[in-house]
Amino acid sequence: MKMVKTTLAVLTTAAVLGVSSFAQAGATLDAVKKKGFVQCGISDGLPGFSYADAKGNYKGIDVDVCRAVAAAVFGDASKVKFSPLTAKERFTALQSGEVDVLSRNTTWTSSRDSAMGLNFAGVTYYDGQGFLVNKKLGVSSAKELDGATVCIQAGTTTELNLADYFRANGLKYTPITYDTSDESAKSLESSRCDVLTSDQSQLYAQRIKLAAPDDYVVLPEVISKEPLGPAVRQGDEEWFDIVRWSLFAMLNAEELGIDSKNVEEQAKTTKNPDVARLLGAEGEYGKDLKLPKDWAVQIVKQVGNYGEIFERNVGGGSELKIERGLNALWNKGGLQYAPPVR
Amino acid sequence: MTTHTFKPDLPPPTMSVGVLGWLRANLFSNWFNTLLTLLAIYLIWLIVPPLLKWAFIEADWTGTTRADCTSDGACWVFIKQRFSQFMYGFYPAELRWRVDMAAWLAVIGAAPLFIRQMPRKAVYGLGFLVVYPLVAFWLLHGGFLGLEDVPTSRWGGLMLTLVIASVGIAGALPLGILLALGRRSNMPAIRVISVTFIEFWRGVPLITVLFMSSVMLPLFLPEGLSFDKLMRALIGVILFQSAYIAEVVRGGLQAIPKGQYEAAAAMGLGYWRMMGLVILPQALKLVIPGIVNTFIALFKDTSLVIIIGLFDLLNSIKQATTDPAWLGMATEGYVFAALVFWIFCFGMSRYSQHLERKLDTGHKR
Repeated sequence: MKMVKTTLAVLTTAAVLGVSSFAQAGATLDAVKKKGFVQCGISDGLPGFSYADAKGNYKGIDVDVCRAVAAAVFGDASKVKFSPLTAKERFTALQSGEVDVLSRNTTWTSSRDSAMGLNFAGVTYYDGQGFLVNKKLGVSSAKELDGATVCIQAGTTTELNLADYFRANGLKYTPITYDTSDESAKSLESSRCDVLTSDQSQLYAQRIKLAAPDDYVVLPEVISKEPLGPAVRQGDEEWFDIVRWSLFAMLNAEELGIDSKNVEEQAKTTKNPDVARLLGAEGEYGKDLKLPKDWAVQIVKQVGNYGEIFERNVGGGSELKIERGLNALWNKGGLQYAPPVR
Repeated sequence: MTTHTFKPDLPPPTMSVGVLGWLRANLFSNWFNTLLTLLAIYLIWLIVPPLLKWAFIEADWTGTTRADCTSDGACWVFIKQRFSQFMYGFYPAELRWRVDMAAWLAVIGAAPLFIRQMPRKAVYGLGFLVVYPLVAFWLLHGGFLGLEDVPTSRWGGLMLTLVIASVGIAGALPLGILLALGRRSNMPAIRVISVTFIEFWRGVPLITVLFMSSVMLPLFLPEGLSFDKLMRALIGVILFQSAYIAEVVRGGLQAIPKGQYEAAAAMGLGYWRMMGLVILPQALKLVIPGIVNTFIALFKDTSLVIIIGLFDLLNSIKQATTDPAWLGMATEGYVFAALVFWIFCFGMSRYSQHLERKLDTGHKR
């Protein structure tokens, strides 16, 4: 999402392709077990996804995905080391083996999945580009934005999406490009632009930065698909499965009503076969993944189910207060759906 | 007989002495200057009172969370809460005494160098330059001799800025001097190598060097062999800055009259003693402003490591502003960063002026 595929990325890809063939099935898990921790690439600071608190602990959805993988592999969510990566170096870091998982707010696209030599393990957050406007403008839909001045952050796919959307709807606009999100927030505040466009998850963060957040509203239109998820190197299916099922375990746990508080009790007393299979009380599903029997229990106990993670980092329990929306479970009107453990 | 006595001098007109006189002479001497003065006063009035109001009068100083910042002014609570992170980055809190100790050792160890009467200063200085980096590395990084290992990925904040700047300075100066000598050498091979090196590193922006070191280099290394990120940045900074130092020093070498070289040779001094005892002391003294200029630029350039994801002072601050609990504190953070950078750069500049005055022994007419 964050970075356009620059020419450099293309160059990197070319260089990467030569190197990426080293990954063999099983190699990553063995290496991770040997060194005793998961090395995880995260962003260098993105509200709600990965950031450090005052004590220097990393937090956020992307961070929790890494902790979940560590909990599954080692039974200890703290056995993870974080590498903050910039948007430019993230793919190199994964390809060169510097990190084992890239959980860095990265949009799943076809070119990254294929040419970049990545495998996306799933979607942790369905994001999309949206608009933030001042209520004074009296606009309730992006279609009414004809002739508007739009603030954009430079160097992201945002610009292209915006141009496509306005052209498709026959609207005119004047773009003003900024380098950082702070600048664009300030210029929206000082009315240099009428509307600010970015990924919706970040618009909520931008809104908090404004002096009077309640005067601004995020428009309902979402003009691009930005499924964000953790990525691993191509070619190591075993490690890929571990990361993918760590994610699915959190989603299944939410769907089955298992959370960090009741998970241990559920594991012992449950009569529900779905729960029993997920929590290792029945079958050998952990073993198939080359994980301990209680892998899912450890994930949910130490990190939480998907709903808990969402609420804590970006939802009602955080400053951002983002609605579940597309990220609600499939049976609650959203898109989050995990295959069953069986 | 009448004695003629001079009358006492009349005092100068009140308009030409004191504050009024100074104002008239300097600020209101003609209509153009008056206009400029009034314009300047207007600008100051426009900028300074709101700034003071924001930074001091209406600022919030006490509290622990964003909610405590109720007034319109700056929220210094943010800086207060994050201060230790801005200083030490992610260095483990219980081990931060090691950073403090390294800093104090630097101050205490370097102090004798500033005492004028200190005997054998050169020997002590050289010894310090050899011993201190080892001790500092042991204290900061640890991992041997009983200290716990703190990988460089946990280093950050002002500490990292100072590490990069001081290692950069300590590494670039000797390398730069050697390159400058090499460029003026009579030996063609050495000259060509020096010129190529200098021109190559001066020809690429530092940001490119850092970027290459963090994005391209890992691709060429075998899997599993990952070079420490900080080490890569440090090597990049040293090589880059040494080329600049070399050119500054070369300017000094060229300013030394040919007679000095010939006199030194006539005394029977070989190349290294000629350079070490006669030429370099004079040349380096001449180029102090240029060298300090380069160092100040280096100090400020350290913030470029932001693009390879190292958490120096500026990046620590930027990172802290992404904490949802403190969103919207970017202005306070950047003002604080600017203040810290200014203090260090201004300090360096003052010290260089002092050094120039102290060493100003010759060339006075």
